Amino acid sequence: MTERVLLKNTANPDFHRIDACLAAEGYQGLTKALRKFSPEEIIQLVTDSKLRGRGGAGFATGLKWSFVPKETERPKYLCCNADEGEPGTFKDREIIEKDPHILIEGMAIAAYALGVETGYIYVRGEFDFGARRLEEAIREAYREGYLGKNIRASGFNFDLHVFRGAGAYICGEETALIESIEGKRGQPRLKPPFPAIEGLYGCPTVVNNVETLACIPHILLRGADWFKGIGPEDSPGTKLYCLSGHVRNPGVYELPMGIALRHLVEKHGGGTHSGKKIKAVIPGGVSAPMLPESDLDIDMDFASLAAAGTMLGSGGVIVMDETTCIVRVAMRTIGFFHHESCGKCTPCRDGLYWASKLLKRLEAGKGKKGDVEELERLCGNIFGNTFCPLGDGAAMALRAAIKHFRDEFVYHVEKGKCMVS
Amino acid sequence: MSGETGMPPTDFAFTSGNKKLAKAAVAKYPKGRQASAVMPLLFLAQRQSGGWLPTAAMEHVAGILDMPPIRVYEVATFYSMYNLGPVGKHHVQVCTNLSCWLMGSDEVADSCRKTLGVDFGETTEDGLFTLSEVECLGACVNAPMMQIGDDYFEDLDVTATEGILNVLKGGGTPKPGPQGAREGCEPAGGLTTLTEKPEAQGERSGEA
Repeated sequence: MTERVLLKNTANPDFHRIDACLAAEGYQGLTKALRKFSPEEIIQLVTDSKLRGRGGAGFATGLKWSFVPKETERPKYLCCNADEGEPGTFKDREIIEKDPHILIEGMAIAAYALGVETGYIYVRGEFDFGARRLEEAIREAYREGYLGKNIRASGFNFDLHVFRGAGAYICGEETALIESIEGKRGQPRLKPPFPAIEGLYGCPTVVNNVETLACIPHILLRGADWFKGIGPEDSPGTKLYCLSGHVRNPGVYELPMGIALRHLVEKHGGGTHSGKKIKAVIPGGVSAPMLPESDLDIDMDFASLAAAGTMLGSGGVIVMDETTCIVRVAMRTIGFFHHESCGKCTPCRDGLYWASKLLKRLEAGKGKKGDVEELERLCGNIFGNTFCPLGDGAAMALRAAIKHFRDEFVYHVEKGKCMVS
Repeated sequence: MSGETGMPPTDFAFTSGNKKLAKAAVAKYPKGRQASAVMPLLFLAQRQSGGWLPTAAMEHVAGILDMPPIRVYEVATFYSMYNLGPVGKHHVQVCTNLSCWLMGSDEVADSCRKTLGVDFGETTEDGLFTLSEVECLGACVNAPMMQIGDDYFEDLDVTATEGILNVLKGGGTPKPGPQGAREGCEPAGGLTTLTEKPEAQGERSGEA
């Protein structure tokens, strides 16, 4: 595969302007969709492409769309999840800031396929520059007739708005995001009903990630077979991998799904910035269980990582060299989840409070015998006992740290200091 | 407008400019769903109040949106970007999450403490700076980083951090974004992937 897809235009500093997009193939996917496809045919095309959601869960996009009722009196909504907040993840920001029109076009095609007339892009509040870029791009798209009433004389209407979050990680969870747009605290809802049936304002709603929606115009233009030809059969396409931490060349890298993690880190990332040995790598944002160096020969796709007990998540790859204290990594990670827990479910709210407190004590060299076992017990009480995956993510991350580096935790307890630094 | 007398203001009303913006925000949502505009309106109120939300401002927003004030307090207290007490003119927020910590956020935080003479959660005596610790801001590629006001300052080290804060102290405007040579999230060593010339591609909708 020699072609950049999602990031092929981001090197052009003017590509956030609609003129530059239209001079390339901007909005041709939408035009083709409106002229040549029925809404059902687009859903079929996306299903055939085997596109899977890029936000973390990897749910089949076509299938998600097919759940939305066709005949309904109620309005339907499309929300773009641009609440990028998983530590280690910074891919959607690249699309939003440098090629916002590909997202707008993807949303317009999705809206046409789903029979949606109103869409919202939920951008994390801190992305001020990105939100302003999107708002400007939306204004341009209205001006050129790619948003609004009777788009390209097709009779299709679509209004699109930017909604800015205000610093809550949990709003990346789709039902919390919907609550937030409704003007409430971002607390996840019990599912079912799923948003496709009862979402925003109780109406059928689809929530898709930025990167997922950005794939849609390309699939429209080049077809499902082209898309399926990239990467592994069950999760095709290119993927935006985010490389950060102890790596020589941190960055966003677009590569086919299923590339080997070691190749990504060593060839593209240039290995560690210090030249020291890699200790562990988190493959998909801090919710994804870490892998020790010996497990890096693994393919970066949904199935391979799941088989190894971790996940592709958002594609946020964090590299840690041999000087890294894993107890401190665990303390920082659990501290984050504790801070971001919405407080709705007791196992997550209280479990993470205790886990965070215990890890702080351990890290400071004041741990007690039995602390490591207590942490494992807390993980067991959180995992699977909450409305949303935030608690699960925290428990999985902590369990993996203890599983692979138990000796470091025990050393902290027994010697009252760190093994590596 | 905030706290000069040590007392929070007891009344608040949007300026005519903000009133217009508030109306435009409400118009984005279906009729009867005006509560959806609570977050944008709280941002407007916060900006007008000098970076924080006095109770009077929250109540004004509640009145405009026909919401019980408690529903507005709930939102304002849930989301970390709403400040419930006065903050300095420049709100310096240092990310200390994993990728930033691995790349030296401890040094950046220390440099902020030293340059400003305050710790996390404190405001300088002249009211110019508030220093905060913040969770991941989605800029791990440019770690370590901090946010000041609306802007990101990235690829920091001790020298860059001191430089930025000193420019602000002198009343200037430091350059936001990565402090090194790169643009946004692009790979630090230049492109390494998919750099070949694209092959001929499949169907195009040239007839569009």
